[in-house]
Amino acid sequence: MATEIALGELQSTAPLPMLGRLHEWVITVDHKRLGLMYIGGGLLFFVIAGLQALTMRLQLAVPDNHVVSPQVFNRLMTMHGTAMVFLVGMPILTGFFNYLVPLMIGARDLAFPRLNSFGFWLWFFGALLLYFSYIGGDGLYGAGSAPDVGWFAYAPLTERAFSRGNSTDYWILSILLTSVGSTATAINIIATTFSLRCRGMTLGKMPVLVWLAVVVAFMMLLALPPLSAAQVMLLLDRYLGAHFFDTQAGGSAILWQHFFWIFGHPEVYILVIPVFAFASEIIPVFSRKVIFGYQVMVAASCAIAFISMGVWAHHMFAVGLTPAGNAFFATSTMLVAVPTGIKIFNWIGTMWGGKLRFRVPMLFSLGFLFQFLVAGLTGIMLGVAPFDWQLTDTYFVVAHFHYVLVGAIVFMIFAAIYYWFPKATGRMLNERLGQWHFWLFLVGFHLTFDPLHFAGLHGMPRRIYTYQPGRGLEGINLIASIGALVQALAVLIFVVNVGYSLAGGEEAGPDPWDAWTLEWSTTSPPPEYNYAKEPEVHSRRPLWDLKHPEDPDWLYE
Amino acid sequence: MRSLAKKQLEFGLRFLVLIAAFIPVRVFASDWGMGASNSRLSQPYVFAPVSTPAYAIDTLAWFVISICAGIALVVGSLIAYSIVRFRAREGDDGSEPPQVYGSNPMELAWTAVPVLIVFVLILTTARTIYTVQAATPPPGALKVRVIGHQWWWEVRYPGLGIVTANEIHVPVSDGDNPAPTFLELESADVAHSFWVPRLAGKTDLIPNRKNTMWIAPHQSGTYLGQCAEFCGTEHALMLLRVVVQSRADWERWVAMQQKPAEESLAASRGRRIFESTACVNCHMVRGTIANGHFGPDLTHLMSRETLAAGAAMNTPENLHIWIKDPDQIKPGVLMPAMNLSAADIDAITSYLESLR
Ligand code: HEC
Ligand SMILES: [Cu+2]
Repeated sequence: MATEIALGELQSTAPLPMLGRLHEWVITVDHKRLGLMYIGGGLLFFVIAGLQALTMRLQLAVPDNHVVSPQVFNRLMTMHGTAMVFLVGMPILTGFFNYLVPLMIGARDLAFPRLNSFGFWLWFFGALLLYFSYIGGDGLYGAGSAPDVGWFAYAPLTERAFSRGNSTDYWILSILLTSVGSTATAINIIATTFSLRCRGMTLGKMPVLVWLAVVVAFMMLLALPPLSAAQVMLLLDRYLGAHFFDTQAGGSAILWQHFFWIFGHPEVYILVIPVFAFASEIIPVFSRKVIFGYQVMVAASCAIAFISMGVWAHHMFAVGLTPAGNAFFATSTMLVAVPTGIKIFNWIGTMWGGKLRFRVPMLFSLGFLFQFLVAGLTGIMLGVAPFDWQLTDTYFVVAHFHYVLVGAIVFMIFAAIYYWFPKATGRMLNERLGQWHFWLFLVGFHLTFDPLHFAGLHGMPRRIYTYQPGRGLEGINLIASIGALVQALAVLIFVVNVGYSLAGGEEAGPDPWDAWTLEWSTTSPPPEYNYAKEPEVHSRRPLWDLKHPEDPDWLYE
Repeated sequence: MRSLAKKQLEFGLRFLVLIAAFIPVRVFASDWGMGASNSRLSQPYVFAPVSTPAYAIDTLAWFVISICAGIALVVGSLIAYSIVRFRAREGDDGSEPPQVYGSNPMELAWTAVPVLIVFVLILTTARTIYTVQAATPPPGALKVRVIGHQWWWEVRYPGLGIVTANEIHVPVSDGDNPAPTFLELESADVAHSFWVPRLAGKTDLIPNRKNTMWIAPHQSGTYLGQCAEFCGTEHALMLLRVVVQSRADWERWVAMQQKPAEESLAASRGRRIFESTACVNCHMVRGTIANGHFGPDLTHLMSRETLAAGAAMNTPENLHIWIKDPDQIKPGVLMPAMNLSAADIDAITSYLESLR
C-alpha cells in the first residue's frame, strides 16, 4: 500500500484551468470517471423527474384541481416514468458497476475502456434527446410537445393517427440510444469479470456485488434487444407505413405489449438486482459479519434472473389471455417469490449475531429490507391473476412498484452513495445531514406510498390527471401529496449534503468503514490505475484476511 | 458547520411553505355537480363486491392477503428483532462477532416453506381463474356490446336494438332469477379498460380484438367505474356507470329506449338548427337525419344521468355549457366548440332536452 501512495504523489498536482479539467472529463476513458459521470447524470435527471412527480402530486392533492392541464399532466407522467427508468435507474446502477467492478476484482479498468466511454456518451445524448422533445416535439404539426403516451407507450396510441408531431419519435430514439449504451456496458462488464480478475480471485471468490453485476449484464443482453426491435418496428410504422401495431390496418396492439414486457419485466430485476448487490456488501460490513450463505445468495440471484425472463405477461392479465395463459404466468410470477425470500432470509442471517452499527448506509439498508419485504408481498397479491384483474392499472400498482423503485432501489442507491462516496471523493458525507435525509425520506416515502395502495382499492386508476370528489379519494391523495413534499425536502438535504461534504467533509482515508473488499485497500479516491501492483487474494474478503491473520476467511470457504 | 446546516434547513422550510401555498389552486372550481352525485352512490371499493365474479375475487384476495400479512408479520419481526437484539452496544470492546458463513439446513428450511406456500397459492389462483374465465353464457343471457372510444363508452344491446352511451342498464341477478350479463368488449380507437370494481375485475378493450367478461349483480343500485387503461388526454374523465335494476324496472327501461325519439313542437326550432349543423355528422338521433357515429347516440339523451362519460351531471345548464364549449367541461375532448350564437345554443339545448 505504501508504494501506491508514493506513486499517487508522483502525479501532477498542478490545478488545470476550468476548461482543461472539463476537457479531461469529456475525453476520459477511465472507468471511475465514467462511473461518476453516469451517477452524476442520473442524479441530475433524478431531481428533474422528481420535480415532475412533485408537480403531479400538487395537481392530485385535491379533486378537480387545475395546477396543470390534462395535456401537461400526461407529458409529466410519461417523462417522469421514462426518465426514472432509463435516465435515472439505469445510469446510476451501471455507473456503480462501472466504478466498482474493476476495483473489486483488482483490475485497472474495464476490459474495453473506449467502448465504455462510447456507451456513456450514447446514453448522455439519448437522455438529452428525451428532454429536448419539450423544444423539438412540435414537429411540423404543432401537435404535442414532450411524449404523452405513458412510459410503456401502448399501441396504437403511439401510431401516427393518435400521436402526431414528433414527441413519440423523440421517445423512441432516446430509448434506442440509451439501450445501446446499456448493451455496451453489459458486454464490458462480462468481459471484464471473466478476463481481468486479479491473482487468486476465482469466480467463487468474487464479491457478491461482482457476481450480481454479471447476472445483470446477461439480463441486459437478453432483455434489451426485444425493446430495441419494438422501437424500430414502431418507427417503421410511423414513417414507412409498416403496420405492426397499426390496428386500423390489421396490426396488433397486443404484440407491442408482449415486446414491451418481455423487456419490461426483466428490466425491473435489472434495476433491483444491483441494489441486492449493494445490500450484500453494506449489510455485512455494518453487521460486522461475513455474508450469510454466499453461494445461495448468488444462486438465488441467478434463479431470479432466469425466472424473471418468463413472467412478462403478468402485466397483461386484463388483456384477455386464455385461462391457461393466465395460470401459467401467475405460477411463474409467484415462483420468483421463493429465491427472493431466500435473499431476505440470508440478509437476516447476516445480521443475526452481529454487532450492528447504524451509520447512514445501514439505516438506508434497513429501510430497504422492510420496504422490499412489503413490495414483494404486494407483488404476490398482483401475481394472483384474479386479484390482479382488480388491481392492475390502479394506484395499488403505482404504490407497489414505487415500493420497489423508491422503497427498495432509491433507498439502496442512497445507501450505496453514503457508503462509497468516501472512496470516490476522499471525503465522508456528513452524518448528521445524512440522518435528517434518511428519516425525512422515510417519513415522506411512507406518507406518499402507503395510502396510495388504498387509492387503488378505492377505484382510482393510474395515470389520471384528476379525480372527482365524493368517491372517497380526497384524504388519501392529500396525504400522499404532503408526503411528496417531505420527500422533496429530504432530497434537498441530500443535495446540500453532497455539496457541503465535497467542499469541506471530513477526510475519509482509504478504509473508513473498516470494510473487507479490495476497493478499500487503495487510496480514496483511487489513483487512475487503481492499484500500483496487481493485488493477490485468497478469499472473498481479502481485507479481513489482512486484518485477522490469525483467523483468515480462506480456512472456511 | 452547524449554522450552515441550520440555514439550509430554514431555506428548505421556506421552500416547503411556498410550494404548499400552491395546493389549493382551483381556478374553475366546478365539479359540474358530480361530487354530490357521487356521494349519493356507493364508492367503487374493491372489497365491497355485489356480483358473482367480484365475490370470487374477493374471497381469493382475502385468502392471499391473510397469507401475506402472516409472512409480513413473521419476517418483519425477525428483522426488527435482529435490529434491536444485535445492535452494537455502548462500551463494546470492538472485537468482531463470530463469523458464520452459512448453514445448509437453514437454507433448505427457508426454501421449502415458501415453496409450499407458493404451491397452495398457485392452486387456489388457478381455480378462481377457471371459475371466472371459463363461464359460458346460459341460453337467453343478456349480451351487451361495449365499444371504447376516446373518451366515452358506446353501449349496444344487439338483441334489443338499443344504442346508448356511458351508462349501462342491466337486470339484477338474484338466486331465483339468475341473470348474468355478458359484455363483449371492443375498441374503436386505442386500448381502454372496463372497470367497475364492485361488479368484476377489469378487462381491456383492444382495437382489432373482441374480449368478453361477465357480471351477475345481486343488488340493484348504480355502480361507479371508469376506464383503467391510459387512452389519451381525457383518460381521467372516461367514467362509467352501471345501473342495476329489478327485472320489471329494467324491462320498462328497455321499452322506453326502444321507442324512437319523441317529437316535440316546442323544440322544432332547435331541431332545425341541430340538423343543419355539423352535430348530425357525429351524433345519431334515431328516426331523424342525424346519423353520425363518431359521438354518442343522443336519441334518449335525457334518460342518462350524466354527460360526456360522467364528466358532468346532465342538467340544462351543463348541457348549455357543453354545446357552447365542451372543452370547458372536458378539456381536450374530441367534440369541437361550434361557435353558435347564444340563442341557437338555447334552442338546441331545449331540443336535446326533449329527447327523453
Ligand atoms: C366532431 C364530431 C362532433 C360534433 C360535430 C359534435 N359532437 Fe357532440 N360529441 C362528440 C363526441 C366525440 C362526444 C363524446 C365526448 C366525450 O364524452 O368525450 C360528444 C358528446 C356530446 C354530448 C354528450 C352525450 C352524452 O351522452 O354524454 C352531447 C349532448 C353532444 N355531444 C351534443 C352535440 C351537439 C348539440 C353538437 C352540435 C352543436 C355536437 N355535439 C357536435 C362529437 C361531436
Ligand atoms: Cu379509455
